[in-house]
Amino acid sequence: MGILDRFLRTARFSGGVHPDDHKRPAADAPLRVMPPPARLYVPLVQHIGSPARAVVAVGDHVRKGQRIGEPQGAVSAAIHAPTSGRVIAIGDIVAPHPSGLPVRGITIESDGRDEWCELEACDDPFALDPAEIGRRVARAGVVGLGGAAFPSAVKLSGGLGARVELLIINASECEPFLSCDDRLMRDRAAEAVDGIAIMLHATGAREARIGIEDNKPEAIAVMRAAVAGHARIRVEVIPTRYPMGSEKHLILVLTGREVPAEGRPSDIGVVVHNVGTAVAVRNAVRFGRPLVSRLVTVNGACVREPGNVEVPIGTLAGEVLAFCGGLRVDHGGPARLLLGGPMTGMQVPTLEVPVIKGTGGILVLDAAEVGEGDGGPCIRCGDCMRACPVGLLPLEIAARVRVGEVDKAAGFGLADCIACGCCAYVCPSRIPLVQYFHHAKGELAARTRGTQRNETIRTLTRAKAERLEREERDKAEALARRAAASLAAAAAAKQSAPVTEKVAEDANEESGVCA
Amino acid sequence: MSGRDQFMPAPAPHAHAGTDVGRTMRRVQLALLPATLFGFWLFGWPAVHLFVITVGACLLTEAFCQRLRGCESRLWDGSALLTGWLLALSLPPWAPGWIGALGGVIAIAIGKQVYGGLGQNLFNPAMVARVALLVSFPVAMTHWVAPLPLGSAGAPGFMEGLHITLGTLPVPDAVTSASLLGHAKTELSRGIDLAQALDAAGGALAAWHGVRAGSLGETGALLLLLGGLYLLARGVIRWHIPVCVLAGVALPAVVAHAIDPGHYLSATTHLASGAVVLGAFFIATDYVTSPNTASGQLLYGIGIGLLTWIIRSWGGYPEGIAFAVLLFNALTPVIDRYCRPRILGRTRRGAPIRATQGSAE
Repeated sequence: MGILDRFLRTARFSGGVHPDDHKRPAADAPLRVMPPPARLYVPLVQHIGSPARAVVAVGDHVRKGQRIGEPQGAVSAAIHAPTSGRVIAIGDIVAPHPSGLPVRGITIESDGRDEWCELEACDDPFALDPAEIGRRVARAGVVGLGGAAFPSAVKLSGGLGARVELLIINASECEPFLSCDDRLMRDRAAEAVDGIAIMLHATGAREARIGIEDNKPEAIAVMRAAVAGHARIRVEVIPTRYPMGSEKHLILVLTGREVPAEGRPSDIGVVVHNVGTAVAVRNAVRFGRPLVSRLVTVNGACVREPGNVEVPIGTLAGEVLAFCGGLRVDHGGPARLLLGGPMTGMQVPTLEVPVIKGTGGILVLDAAEVGEGDGGPCIRCGDCMRACPVGLLPLEIAARVRVGEVDKAAGFGLADCIACGCCAYVCPSRIPLVQYFHHAKGELAARTRGTQRNETIRTLTRAKAERLEREERDKAEALARRAAASLAAAAAAKQSAPVTEKVAEDANEESGVCA
Repeated sequence: MSGRDQFMPAPAPHAHAGTDVGRTMRRVQLALLPATLFGFWLFGWPAVHLFVITVGACLLTEAFCQRLRGCESRLWDGSALLTGWLLALSLPPWAPGWIGALGGVIAIAIGKQVYGGLGQNLFNPAMVARVALLVSFPVAMTHWVAPLPLGSAGAPGFMEGLHITLGTLPVPDAVTSASLLGHAKTELSRGIDLAQALDAAGGALAAWHGVRAGSLGETGALLLLLGGLYLLARGVIRWHIPVCVLAGVALPAVVAHAIDPGHYLSATTHLASGAVVLGAFFIATDYVTSPNTASGQLLYGIGIGLLTWIIRSWGGYPEGIAFAVLLFNALTPVIDRYCRPRILGRTRRGAPIRATQGSAE
């Protein structure tokens, strides 16, 4: 494969932005492992899908890895105790969400021993049936660690009902400031590749490609060395551009093929998993270890010792920050506290929110990093359009949303928006475009729900009317029959009395059934 | 974590490229500066006074309208200043001050604020004002002067210039001159061949050095080109519109001139005279009134160029760029409607692409 060949094969997507990545020095700091704090706050919903149901009671002693939340429904994930200790509360905890509203969760007081429960290990995962791997991954509560937190088992073992040809491992980590995947690859490359091999086996894909952005040369080198023995796993270096880590864009760049709109990657025989998920899958299948901790990037100008930390799920963000030396108070102080990256992450109102399975970063940014400034009206410069990696016209959609014309906004492809934030990032008037789109999507969803409800009501009303009509008709028929029968009976009575009784009985029975 | 700010929920993204509207406006003004200074030098104090009056009228009208509408004052975002600037550059340099003042009021009040202010107007405000003035006051708007550089013999001083601008002193007849395009049109209508007419007017008329009669800021074509290239390099504008406008004027000119040089000006003359360069880089590229997509901009640019050439060649006015720009401003919503980018995962018509299950290579 020549250089030209490689060049020609490299597909591109239009749009995207190149924000300052701010990944170093945090990415270069050695990985630290945080011991479990005194108390862990474990929400029962940390994934896409239905919340888990608590299966422990207050006062129960739990061991690390013990299941404390049972998945409910087809798309859900189990929750496990991140350390050993005592359940001290089952109730509301502050959600890691901008609203700061309560979410149901289990509070565990650590006993300091960090004792694992009994785990079901497996020496040769490749001897397992793919479906069994899926079951083990589901039992371990593994969700996509890239941020979306979709239950991995559903995607792993043919849960999507389509044949998978290609497994793509998302190690692009395109969000600025975040480096947990980078660190994971540098420190745990062999584990990641082992996990990828297990995933290959589980999905039945022919090959796996690991997409890594070219701003992570160390990770690329280590991963290349780690995949050396695996013929079906390949490392692909891809250009650094946000949002490279978006599923559809990564697929486009790695395969040159587009996922159909309104469709899923499996429609074109592709499944995408995050590289961190691969390690979680390995731990789940080989050692039966559930997902009870994750790597979190702690970064931002206001953090005293930025870096990557392995954090038990349920640890409060404030405690993780304290573990990283706390906050700096010089240069203006913190401007924004975020969970996740700056492009799609969310601002949280307090430090008292727990790290969950989807939390890739805890960022405390100063004003310069946030880049605050004054907004203004849209001048139709078109920067948003050029930045949009999906090919939308954010300015036109926003103009429609602004005047409440949500339908027209939908006509401009609102549903295809991936909320990557590129448009708002470049907008010189600082219009909160993503917010507009979220609002309009919510409005459309509410409207769809309303339509569905009306439709259901109409169907039920129609069914009721039909039923009443039918009953009316049957009653009338029964009466008519009875009248006819009694007439016939009256006529017959003149001839023989026993027959009359029999007919009357029949009529009664019939009307009894119909009434 | 004290203070209030970090508790105010802000939507993602929590990062910004650092661009802002004011910076864009300042860059455009910087790009206009060389040609403007050249115009000041070439036409002397009356041009400076006219410029100040026009820009001042725009700023005052903007402030007044914003106050009237009760909205937040955005006087210093640079947009009204830029409108006034562009309008002044498109006026005859020795035009009376009231032309500039009235033009400023029309540009801002009628061209921009009645639509709802910045970003809402359908037409380029400066061109609305220019065309309104041209149609209403054809004499004042076509009264050109020969270049009379600052410091040269006979050039008016500061006070004399002020008198000329305020109309208290008549413009000496010796100074008046025709623009090349106007001259060509007049001669053609008198049945005089272009070759002859241009020869009589002096061959240097079409020279790129810009020492010629014309609007205040349009003569320094090379300086305008320089400014335009700066805007391109800075990413303030993209190449599509300017290149297409220039091509739209030049291509038909090349063909027509080759066929009948007696009736059609050469492409060089077209490009170097009048306001084509100013229009291509600074007026047609106005964000608000031009299409968004690359394909739309190509269409729009070609259309403006072509229409400009048509008006210049066959229309009643010697110069047509302002009319062409306004006409295509009106077409912009239509162009935007039909020229849209393809959405990822969809066909151009908007249907989801067909899934192709197959080799990943």
